[in-house]
Amino acid sequence: MATLASGASSPLYAKRRRKNVVTMAMAYAATGFGLSWLALILGVLFWEGFSGLSLRVFTEMTPPPGASGGLLNPIIGSLVMTFLAVLIGTPLGVLAGTYLAEYGRYDRLSSVVRFINDILLSAPSIVIGLFIYELMVAQMGHFSGWAGAVALAVIVVPVVVRTTEDMLTLVPDTLREAAASVGLPRSLMIQKVAYRAARAGMITGVLLAIARISGETAPLLFTALNNQFWTNNMNAPVSSLPVVIFQFALSPYKDWQELAWTGALIITMAVLALSITARFLGGERKKS
Amino acid sequence: MNSSGERPVVDVAFQGGGAISAAEKVDRAKVLKRLRFGDDAFRHLTRAAAIAVLVILSGIIFSLVYGSLPAIQKFGIGFLFDESWNPVTEKFGAIAPIYGTVLTSLIAMLIAVPIGLFIALFLTELCPMWLGRPIGIAVELLAGIPSIIYGIWGLFVFAPFLQQYVQPFLISAFGNVPVLSNLFAGPPYGIGILTAGLILAIMVLPFITSISRDVFDAVPPMLKESAYGLGCTTWEVARYVVLPFTRVGVIGGVMLALGRALGETMAVTFVIGNAHRISGSILAPGTTISATIANEFTEAVGDIYTSSLILIGLILFVITFIVLAFARLMLMRLNARLGK
Repeated sequence: MATLASGASSPLYAKRRRKNVVTMAMAYAATGFGLSWLALILGVLFWEGFSGLSLRVFTEMTPPPGASGGLLNPIIGSLVMTFLAVLIGTPLGVLAGTYLAEYGRYDRLSSVVRFINDILLSAPSIVIGLFIYELMVAQMGHFSGWAGAVALAVIVVPVVVRTTEDMLTLVPDTLREAAASVGLPRSLMIQKVAYRAARAGMITGVLLAIARISGETAPLLFTALNNQFWTNNMNAPVSSLPVVIFQFALSPYKDWQELAWTGALIITMAVLALSITARFLGGERKKS
Repeated sequence: MNSSGERPVVDVAFQGGGAISAAEKVDRAKVLKRLRFGDDAFRHLTRAAAIAVLVILSGIIFSLVYGSLPAIQKFGIGFLFDESWNPVTEKFGAIAPIYGTVLTSLIAMLIAVPIGLFIALFLTELCPMWLGRPIGIAVELLAGIPSIIYGIWGLFVFAPFLQQYVQPFLISAFGNVPVLSNLFAGPPYGIGILTAGLILAIMVLPFITSISRDVFDAVPPMLKESAYGLGCTTWEVARYVVLPFTRVGVIGGVMLALGRALGETMAVTFVIGNAHRISGSILAPGTTISATIANEFTEAVGDIYTSSLILIGLILFVITFIVLAFARLMLMRLNARLGK
């Protein structure tokens, strides 16, 4: 390198330094720029959402335009559908993840399933809504909370498959060998040893899946639809928080829009709480 | 394992089964048979679950194709190139939503990719440790915020802001420049292609940042230190060592973000304007595939209308499938290179 000989004042060296200073300044600027947008969004959300937050929101039904009311029925609807989706999706996801990590770690089927699962993980959720519409709504002839729950379950499965596989892969083989050496059959080895060792990570996966579906709107639009009233019939249309936010925000009524902001704040808080808990439980988890 | 408790693990086989109590005389052959049966059953169960993942995918493809058959039969391949979208005369074509989908995602990528890469560079090379972790966590938390939040913010805050300040400026600034005057033509609506693209950019930014940071972190420190040892500046290390080493990973991450942007529904639906036409101006309202479906599906009457909506859903799925598959192949190549 010629620059070394000619010392720090050579034009080439100065040029390289200038370039470095400029690009590093751009890196600082980009970070400031990016973070400030995100801070702005959260700031506005808290500002607009908090003003409407009151006990009423959690105790009253969605109002007709012009009247006062709360978000009780969509909150309950969301909770119930999320619960059912997790109930359906988790066992399937855990079992599939178990196959990928324990039985078929290197076989052909696993590599195909892994690939397809990764694609399902980021597949457009509105397409999943269309799928469940064709599968359930069109067959049964009406919208229903069950269809909404199944649509959400389809989103849960790939998330749980992925984390279960990752976490089981981290379990040291010596544990498995120790279990096998005392004569434990493989299925019991997985259930009694591997699952226990990977438990925290697997719970993290489920929490992340809940966080993911609690804000999903698109798959519910034409599966669970919406319902202005209280219902405990999962065979009828059920309202959910995201769909109500969508409907209220696009309405011309001021108080509906205010409720939409409050609902948005509630969802964001719930999602943030879930992902923080998941982080806390899972520690430093490697993401895809 | 700290949870192996009171009794030796081997006894699980005899005591844990439930039906066989310790008090009973144990028939070894019978127990072994039970265990073998349980073992097989569990293995087949997990295998069935793994296959179920494939069934879900084929179910999606099959149901979309089945649902869109009437539209395919009626319009044929011409559906892809037809701009009309008229529920009254039942004449539908996909080119306007496809155009909107591709253009909004393109705008989003043009903005978010450089910024995201620079933030990742900041996080991996410049930022002190104590600051890097909180920012990294913040970015990851933000990547998890539901898209409807971005949508509602875009509708009530960002679109009015653009309408009042940014768009009039763009129109007057580029009004006399040959090509750009067409790009920024028309009245400032606030909502439209550009707004949707910008919202998407903000939305995929944490995503791109988080993936590229992970990828940059995977560069062996030895390589970077050697370059620094030769006297390279930070930028030169990033440009000539980190980026070439991680290229496939970065491309994979960008494609993954593109897949998200293409299929994104709620953030776009609020601000796109839902107008089925192709306008040269990016200030004009437009539509995307997902926004069209979200806006019109529940109100669609008639087989052909519904079926056309499902058909554009199928087109969206095919496009994102290709993009995502490509992304995964790229990321797999990076991992193979790192010997994972």
